[in-house]
Amino acid sequence: MTTTDSPPAPVAPVRRRRSSGDTERGFSRTFRWIATGAGALILATLAAVALFLIVRAWPAMTASSEALAEAVPRYPDDTSFIAYVGPLIFGTLLAAVLALLIATPVAMGVALFISHYAPRRLAQALGYLVDLLAAIPSVVYGLWGFTVLAPVLAPLWTWLNNWFGWFPLFAGDVSPTARTMATVAVVLAVMILPIITAVSREVFLQTPKLHEEAALALGATRWEMVRTAVLPFGQSGVISAAMLGLGRALGETMAVLMILSPGFLYSFKILQAAQQQTIAAYIALDFPEASGLAVNALIATGLALFVITLAVNMAARAIVARRKEFSGAN
Amino acid sequence: MAQRIDVKDVNIYYGDFRAVEGVTMTVDPKSVTAFIGPSGCGKSTFLRTLNRMHEVIPGAYVEGKVELEGVDLYGDDVDPVAVRRNIGMVFQRPNPFPTMSIKDNVLAGVKLNNRKISRSDADYLVESSLRGANLWNEVKDRLDRPGSGLSGGQQQRLCIARAIAVKPQVVLMDEPCSALDPISTLAIEDLIQELKKDYTIVIVTHNMQQAARVSDRTAFFNIAGTGKPGKLIEMNDTATIFSSPAEKATEDYVSGRFG
Repeated sequence: MTTTDSPPAPVAPVRRRRSSGDTERGFSRTFRWIATGAGALILATLAAVALFLIVRAWPAMTASSEALAEAVPRYPDDTSFIAYVGPLIFGTLLAAVLALLIATPVAMGVALFISHYAPRRLAQALGYLVDLLAAIPSVVYGLWGFTVLAPVLAPLWTWLNNWFGWFPLFAGDVSPTARTMATVAVVLAVMILPIITAVSREVFLQTPKLHEEAALALGATRWEMVRTAVLPFGQSGVISAAMLGLGRALGETMAVLMILSPGFLYSFKILQAAQQQTIAAYIALDFPEASGLAVNALIATGLALFVITLAVNMAARAIVARRKEFSGAN
Repeated sequence: MAQRIDVKDVNIYYGDFRAVEGVTMTVDPKSVTAFIGPSGCGKSTFLRTLNRMHEVIPGAYVEGKVELEGVDLYGDDVDPVAVRRNIGMVFQRPNPFPTMSIKDNVLAGVKLNNRKISRSDADYLVESSLRGANLWNEVKDRLDRPGSGLSGGQQQRLCIARAIAVKPQVVLMDEPCSALDPISTLAIEDLIQELKKDYTIVIVTHNMQQAARVSDRTAFFNIAGTGKPGKLIEMNDTATIFSSPAEKATEDYVSGRFG
């Protein structure tokens, strides 16, 4: 028998029982179960979604191309399932990457302005405003993109096509309605601007005063200080912010659905109508009229989106984690 | 290469709070001037006004004149960026740029000042600055490694090399040894003796022995109490301050009776 010979403390246990610590311990046990349960629920949900996608996508992935062609509307003849999903994945990635290319520089500029240039009061107001952009429903973005932005952008796209038509992205016949990938990319960029700005701003604000002052004391102007101290420090943070934005752009449905005139090609012509389609918009568009194997096919495309989004988010996490190890000079 | 500083009736504020009041002093060229005094007496704040780093803090401003060889640093047409290029600074904690190599750290200020520097000039400058900071022999084989990989004392000497690489007139040091071990401290103190041949040096220190060891002149700052502004109590040759100060407060402080 092992006895732990702690020094006898006859008074202490009595006192402890009376103190509030004990009731807290009772509650904290409950709270621990609630917290653990909530955590487990997240995992279970994720697993359930993955399982659902795989199980329901399986019939479509294993079906013959003839069967698929019969069941699925707009299924190209004599093609494998991969060849059917491929253009959709391509369109999804194209839309998201273009949106990212537009949004990241703007978001970095806004974040730098808020964190290092604007007077404090203006910075706060501007921060709220950018966050408000995130509160606008995507249907509203779709309406706005369709009715306001597309007509405004149409002349710009024509101009780009005229002068830079040699560049693959701007080649082809310009759509007069501008309901094209280019317009979609702009709308998506506006939609992912808040998340990228918010995360970048937080990272920039965390730049050690020590490094900023080191640059200033060397005779750096504000911009040079930003370049030598803030940007190198924030680099990986901005990358992970961009990845979060990319994740959001990948899954965006409504705005794409309302604006884009869809096509099913591997096409870089973002100014031409009926070229590309994204997975999310495709599912939303075709789901109401799908039945049987067509539903499975749609779910299979959903699985592809799920995998892409998961990969992007994991990459973002990995970069954030690497940032933690890189702790700087001190 | 070294210039004198004349401070005339300077008041320093953080917003509404007057942190330092009525300082008038002269800092001689090619000498080491030490600022001593209890915590919160405004000696670091005052140091930061000498190269206009004080106003970097939101709401902070300065009244009065700080003249470098007769030119008022707070004149209307003076660019604070230009002032800081002329008056270098070394901080309390070593702050090399963590993403830059040792070499790039040394060249950081030079690249800000004139973009184009030939490779051979750059190499020469890196070596002479690192030699000037007594660091060359320790790092000459790993100039391309990150500066953050060095020890604290080496990092601080790297920061000194970075400060002197831009050939300033004056080098300000804000408690440069307070985060360092005794051996590194000794290395920095030796370096200060070397540097004063070429530069005007102003050093803030908590360590009275250090002030006595390295400085030619010493200024003693004090505050009457919390929330009151700091004042320059007395400034004189270091030997005089430590042996026969004119003020009672100075004597109490240097003899360790408070602070």
